Amino acid sequence: MTAHSTLHAPMAMGATSAIAWLLIACLWLVYIAGVWRTHRQKPWPWWRTLLFTAGCLTLAVAFVPALMHAAHQDVRWHMVQHLLLGMFAPLGLVFATPMTLLLRNLPPGGARRLVRFLGTVPVRVLTHPVIAALLDIGGMYLLYMTPLYAMSLSTPWLGHFLHLHFIISGTLFTWAIAGPDPAPHRPGWRMRMGVLFVAMVAHATLGKLLYAFGFPHGTGAGLEELHQAAMWMYYWGDLAEAVLVAALMLAWLRRRRRALHPDGPPADTRTGSDASLRVDDPGKMA
Amino acid sequence: MAIPSPVAPDIRRTMIAAILLGIGFMAAIDEIIFHQVLAWHHFIDTGSSALALASDGLLHTMELVLFIVGAFMMIELHGRAAQAPGYRGPGFLLGMGGFQTFDGIVDHKILGLHQVRYVEHVWLYDIAWVGAGLVVLAIGWKLLQRARQGQATSQH
Repeated sequence: MTAHSTLHAPMAMGATSAIAWLLIACLWLVYIAGVWRTHRQKPWPWWRTLLFTAGCLTLAVAFVPALMHAAHQDVRWHMVQHLLLGMFAPLGLVFATPMTLLLRNLPPGGARRLVRFLGTVPVRVLTHPVIAALLDIGGMYLLYMTPLYAMSLSTPWLGHFLHLHFIISGTLFTWAIAGPDPAPHRPGWRMRMGVLFVAMVAHATLGKLLYAFGFPHGTGAGLEELHQAAMWMYYWGDLAEAVLVAALMLAWLRRRRRALHPDGPPADTRTGSDASLRVDDPGKMA
Repeated sequence: MAIPSPVAPDIRRTMIAAILLGIGFMAAIDEIIFHQVLAWHHFIDTGSSALALASDGLLHTMELVLFIVGAFMMIELHGRAAQAPGYRGPGFLLGMGGFQTFDGIVDHKILGLHQVRYVEHVWLYDIAWVGAGLVVLAIGWKLLQRARQGQATSQH
C-alpha cells in the first residue's frame, strides 16, 4: 500500500487499457487477415490461429483495468501481470509462427527484403539467444533488485515502458530459443538448450533471492506479500520454461527420427511441425 | 513410413532415460508433497547465502529439465523399439533413490537449503530421509543385477 497509488486516477488506467486493447486487436486482425488472404492457396493450420488468438487474449487479460489497478497496489498481482505478458503470451504468439505467415503474404521481392533484413547484423545480434536471455532475465534482475521497480510505480511512462519491455523481451527470448519460424541464422540446438538452461537457473535463483531478501524494496509491501510474489514467479515461471524445453526436445526427437529414417516422413522446419511447410517441400513428398 | 526393423535393445540409453525420469519423479514428489501439501520443507532457510540460493536454483532447474529430457529419450527409444525392458525399472529406482540420498545429504545438510521438517530431533527425519533413499537405491541395484543376468521381471 503506497501513497503514490492515489496519483493515478482510474481514468488514466482505463485509457492505458483501451490503448493496449486497441493495439492487441490490431495485431490479431493483421494475423487473421494474413491467414484469410492466403489460406485458399495453402491451408494454414487452424491451431496456429488458435495459438495466436490465445496469445492475444493473454495479453488482453493482463491489461484488464482491475488487474492493472491491483498490480499497481500489490506485488503479487504485478507478478501475475508479468507472467502473463512476459512468459505465457509469448508462447502463443511465437508458436503461431507469425514470421512464416508474414513471408507467405509478402510478394517475392518483399519477402526477400525481409529475409535480408533478418540477416543483418543488428537483428542477428538482437535475436541471438544469449542477448535475448540477457535482455529478458537480466532485465528482471535489474527491475526487482534495484529501486527501478519502486520508481516504475510512481512514474507512469516507466510503468508503460516496463510492460512493453516484458512483452518484447519475452517474445524475443521465446523466439530465439524455441521459435518454430524458419530462421537461417538461428544458432544450433545445443547452444539454444544451453542458454535456456542457464536462463532457467537465473530465473529460479531470482525467485529465491526475491524471497530471501524481500525484493523488490521500497514498495511498502509486507513480507508475506513479497514472499508469495516470489513463489508465484518461481513456480509459474517453471511451467512456461518447461514448455520451451519440451519444444526443443520435440525438435531433437524429429531430427533423430529423420536421421534414422531418411526416406521416412518429410522434413519439418528446424523446430516446428508446420504442415504447410511440408507441402512446400515437394521433393520429400515424392 | 518404413516399418521399424527389429533392433537390439539400447541398454545404455534406456538406463540413462530411466534414471533421468526417476530423478525427476522423486524431485516432483519432494516439491509437491513435502513443499506444497505437507509444507514441511521451507522455500528457503532464513540466512541462506546467495550462493546457496543459486545452487538451489541450479538443482531445481536440473530436476525439471532432466525429467523432460528423460521422457523424450524414452519416447525416442520406444519409437524405434529399442527400449531394454528389464532396465527401465532398475534405472527409475536408481534415479529416485540416488536423488533422495543426494537431496538428504547435500541439499539438507551440506548446503543447508532447508530441513526435512522444522521440529526437534530433526536428525530422526534426516535418517529416515536418507535411509529411504538408500533402500530404494538398494532395490534398484538388486533389480539391475537381475536384469544383467537376464532374469528381469519385465521382458517386454
